Amino acid sequence: MLALIDYGAGNLYSVANALKAAGCDDLIVTADPDAVARADRIVLPGVGAFGACARALRSIDGMVDALDRRVRTEAAPFLGVCVGMQLMADAGEEMGTHPGLGWIAGRVRKLEPGSMDAKVPHMGWNDVIPTGEHPLIVPGEAYFLHSYAFDGADVIATTDHAGPVTAAIGRDNMLGVQFHPEKSQSYGLAILERFLAWRS
Amino acid sequence: MTVRARVIPCLDVANGRVVKGVNFVELRDAGDPVEQARAYDAAGADELCFLDITASHEDRGTILDVVRRTAAVCFMPLTVGGGVRTADDARALLLAGADKVAVNSAAVSRPEVVADIAERFGSQCCVASIDARRVDGGWEVFTHGGRRPTGIDAVAHALRLAELGAGELLVTSMDRDGTRGGYDLDLIRAIADRTTVPVVASGGVGGLDDLVAGIRDGHASAVLAASIFHFGEASIADAHAALAAAGIPVRRPVTAQEPRWTR
Repeated sequence: MLALIDYGAGNLYSVANALKAAGCDDLIVTADPDAVARADRIVLPGVGAFGACARALRSIDGMVDALDRRVRTEAAPFLGVCVGMQLMADAGEEMGTHPGLGWIAGRVRKLEPGSMDAKVPHMGWNDVIPTGEHPLIVPGEAYFLHSYAFDGADVIATTDHAGPVTAAIGRDNMLGVQFHPEKSQSYGLAILERFLAWRS
Repeated sequence: MTVRARVIPCLDVANGRVVKGVNFVELRDAGDPVEQARAYDAAGADELCFLDITASHEDRGTILDVVRRTAAVCFMPLTVGGGVRTADDARALLLAGADKVAVNSAAVSRPEVVADIAERFGSQCCVASIDARRVDGGWEVFTHGGRRPTGIDAVAHALRLAELGAGELLVTSMDRDGTRGGYDLDLIRAIADRTTVPVVASGGVGGLDDLVAGIRDGHASAVLAASIFHFGEASIADAHAALAAAGIPVRRPVTAQEPRWTR
């Protein structure tokens, strides 16, 4: 069973639809830590501001503990999308500094407009350039929509927006993507399909 | 390469039906926005825009249903505009599956609505839509489909909405809209050169050269068009090819993507 965490993130249903299209027939949309504790795989979506998302996730009693145990101790495959990926970091610096889950060492910082060709938000299709071999992340084009980006360890793919910008992070059973696989047509659906078969 | 120039087909939707849309031959029901959206998704459109031109505000449920059904079958970003007056209107569309919400008239009478939406849901989903006409020495904001003058300078208004938190500016020339004479490149450039948020050029596309000019000369990040796609004069692939031929970065053709998912 795949648990898609419902903590009020706006893109929940788009992610659910895309997972179903990628072949997931056992998906629950849930805010229940007990369901997370039993899930075979976990997806954390997210759009909007880092601080608001971190607060919303923490406001669910027992959720962060359940995620920590299931993902970090018991190694269930985990996918964070956009702000859901950013939450894997130590902290985010969007409208103040807010603690993240602290799974991957690094911080989420504002993108500065590099030039008139590199506008912010970074909005649109751009390259996903793997930094090494990864079973889920292959070269391709995906849809990005963000003003803040991860800066830290375990970067497994970058994109180019007036310089390298983190496109994906991961370690062991954890994967986070800055882009939106649920909005990246064939490239994104194929990543979700591989996630559904990952490490099983 | 850097972020790609986006090609965005726009569908006018009234009471849940496409009013001005594509006559794709394979569609069973050419008036169904969901079917048209699915066809554009398969054709590799970079995004899709629904403009809800439903006359009555009471019938908002219809567009929400259309958005919900579209989001279930389309895996590209969807912007929905028309009749968005409050952050709660925006929220309803986002929950239904819209990725971005465009605000137009409400941001003229109350620009703070842009800040409300950006603070609650993030700048990335807040599109400020501006309809402008040329006047002496500049451009003026018009509302109500370009019929009602406001006395507001369009460039200053656009820049203010970006400062308030709009993550994208959709700029339509009402002088050019429907004329097929090309974008008002001076208007698009006047805004695009003075803001760090992406600008979408809109209004007046008559051919592929106009799309190229919108990016190359208007300095837009994306080009929106309706009739050239609707009447089958050009495909999304044609648009991408024309931009690529002009040296503008665009996505690879659909046929070069993951074969398992290429329909």
